[in-house]
Amino acid sequence: MINIFTHFGSQLVVGLGWTLLCSLITLVFSSIIGTVLALLQMLPSKLVHLLCRIYIEVFRNIPLLVIVMFLYLIIPLYFFKINGFTAGTIGLTLYTSAFIAEIIRSGIQSVEAGQLEGARSTGMTYWQAMRYVVLPQAFKIVIPSLGNQFVNLIKDSSILAFVAGFDLLYQANAIASKTFDTINSYLVVGILYLLLTMPLSYYMHYLEKKLS
Amino acid sequence: MSMIEFRNVQKFYGKFHALHDINLKIDRGETVVLIGPSGSGKSTLIRTINQLESIEGGQLIVNNRDLSDPKTDTNLLRRDVGMVFQHFNLYANKNVLENIMLAPRIVSRMPEAENKQRALELLKMVGLADKAENMPCQLSGGQKQRVAIARSLAMRPKLLLFDEPTSALDPEMIDEVLQVIKKVTTDSDMTSLIVTHEMGFAKEVANRVIFMDQGHIIEDDASRDFFQQPQTERAQQFLSKIIAH
Repeated sequence: MINIFTHFGSQLVVGLGWTLLCSLITLVFSSIIGTVLALLQMLPSKLVHLLCRIYIEVFRNIPLLVIVMFLYLIIPLYFFKINGFTAGTIGLTLYTSAFIAEIIRSGIQSVEAGQLEGARSTGMTYWQAMRYVVLPQAFKIVIPSLGNQFVNLIKDSSILAFVAGFDLLYQANAIASKTFDTINSYLVVGILYLLLTMPLSYYMHYLEKKLS
Repeated sequence: MSMIEFRNVQKFYGKFHALHDINLKIDRGETVVLIGPSGSGKSTLIRTINQLESIEGGQLIVNNRDLSDPKTDTNLLRRDVGMVFQHFNLYANKNVLENIMLAPRIVSRMPEAENKQRALELLKMVGLADKAENMPCQLSGGQKQRVAIARSLAMRPKLLLFDEPTSALDPEMIDEVLQVIKKVTTDSDMTSLIVTHEMGFAKEVANRVIFMDQGHIIEDDASRDFFQQPQTERAQQFLSKIIAH
């Protein structure tokens, strides 16, 4: 195992870099898209609500691999060239944002209606009341589920390996086929994934404790 | 010049007719108590005044704004109308001081120093100056409601609405809240409308009593007349039941 670290160190660092980059982009954009989708569903418009539900149900109920393959293989046929990393990251963002939208929606709905009424009764607009009163409470409620989803998205970024995205799993495949040392190749990347996910898990636990 | 004017106002929840043809005029400076059995439409009526409930017919004018006109800005209206709720509705994510300071800060952009000073004065007025830094969950029900009253005053409203302010309180905390409401409503030239089941309190603070039943206003009397001699049989029944307890 030490051999793999020493011989393929730079390759693993590259893999770690791409995995980290994909995860960060996905975390930021799926959080934004998910929150927006959750908020849009609170609007009175039935059409907006329907469009949000279609987005969420479609991306939540198709395997991630299918979404990514679609982007990677079909888009270049009809539209423009797209590399594996981009296709994988966009696919993962679309997929994860559907789950985050559901998590945040459930959080908003579990904040008592009186909180919004209390805020609105003082002359705040709907969005002010959401921003200062409802959403902070909703986020607090959903931190554990959100943490889960963030850990999932890091693990799911391994989808990049299937579309030449140069991430950790991709490097493990390459190292394994070069050295035939499959056990150690995958052990090493397993450990590297743990290094990414464990601190995040602990941080979310810490946040949960701090805010309660 | 009246503060609130209902003209043939109707309200439905689906097929349920919650407010029947309400006609009511409340002048500036009046303290009006709204009583009646549960389900009679008291809370619905009070909630239409700051548009927490919409109306389906008739005309409703509050502080010179016509609420039946869709162009009326609800948020502007609400700056002048404070509300105190049965379940307090204090912001659970903000401490006591922030609960009071939030609306003046983001709605009327009051300078921070002035806002804080005003909030502390209000807290002192409700007798909770020492709780400024506490979170709402650390307060008793009576204290929460007193903070909520301070919050409702922070925007310097012209009209205060109290929606059963003591119904969710333990009996021994009712009095501290009623004392504060009394102070607020009699101190100033504030117009107030109070939904309550506290008859002794109603008798003491109100200059006018409105009795509702099944979505209708049944009686609208000067307070003294109502408690001495209610006109309708329905009101007599109601009073005798309440007082018998």
